[in-house]
Amino acid sequence: MDTLLACAVVAVCMGPQLAAVDADRGKALWEAKCIGCHALDANRVGPLHRGVFGRKAGTAPGFTYSVAVRNAGFVWDETRLEKWLAGPAQFLPGSRMGFSVADPADRADIIAYLKSLSGG
Amino acid sequence: MSSIIDTGRRSLLRASGTAVLSAAAVALLAGSERMAAQAQGTSQASDVQILNVALGLEHEAISAYAIAAGSGLVSKAVLPVAVQFQGHHKEHRDALIATIRKLGGMPVAARPDAEVATALNAKALKSQTDVLRLAQRLERGAANAYIGVIPSFSDRALAQVSARLASDETMHWVVLSQALGDSLPPKALFFGA
Repeated sequence: MDTLLACAVVAVCMGPQLAAVDADRGKALWEAKCIGCHALDANRVGPLHRGVFGRKAGTAPGFTYSVAVRNAGFVWDETRLEKWLAGPAQFLPGSRMGFSVADPADRADIIAYLKSLSGG
Repeated sequence: MSSIIDTGRRSLLRASGTAVLSAAAVALLAGSERMAAQAQGTSQASDVQILNVALGLEHEAISAYAIAAGSGLVSKAVLPVAVQFQGHHKEHRDALIATIRKLGGMPVAARPDAEVATALNAKALKSQTDVLRLAQRLERGAANAYIGVIPSFSDRALAQVSARLASDETMHWVVLSQALGDSLPPKALFFGA
């Protein structure tokens, strides 16, 4: 009984961390949340998204970035995209994107979708 | 019935060299003038950044409807609606430009229609349904974008403006969805989710 209870507690505590990311759900979320400003293969109000995972920040060809993003100096990975989507202005002050994704599960699925576009 | 356009303010705007503004622009300014009188700083600069992204969206929407109207794919029955929607986006544009300037910012310029057409892959449009689907997708995206930036505004008046803009985009989405014969979303809280 104690073991069962312990398992239940662990499952509750670890559930969010263990939940598998869903790139298909991420695609649907991307189409609802990101498509206002972004396309996969063309720069619009925001830069093109295909290949953003694994790309150096501020380097999508032909897009004029804020100084903050241009000088970020890192490559977009899960951790950085997570922080960016949670609060772009907090992660990179001076960046232009005011849009954030409140739900961590939504962020994880969107990142999984973006990663899948980069062959990840 | 009272008008939201105050004669004194209108005169002031003309005297300061600002072009005659739409009613929507003046309404926006009525909200943002309070902020203009407040301390300048990072939060205001951030608000201007967000407004400029919104302006970019409106520029793109105006171009998208121009591309649609000139495509030859839109019927005579649908064309006036597309032109009316474009008119709404022009009012949004004018209001945003006026507000950005009022806050000391520099409004972003529109891209040429040809560039927008390429970015939206307009050459793939082969029918009125394709055009309506694209417009529907963009309007939903715009509505969600306006909803999504609401928490980021430091000025609550601008957050409210964002909600009003989102409502207009939602109105467009509903009409486009009806024209396409789509069912209503099965669940509530469809936008911003």
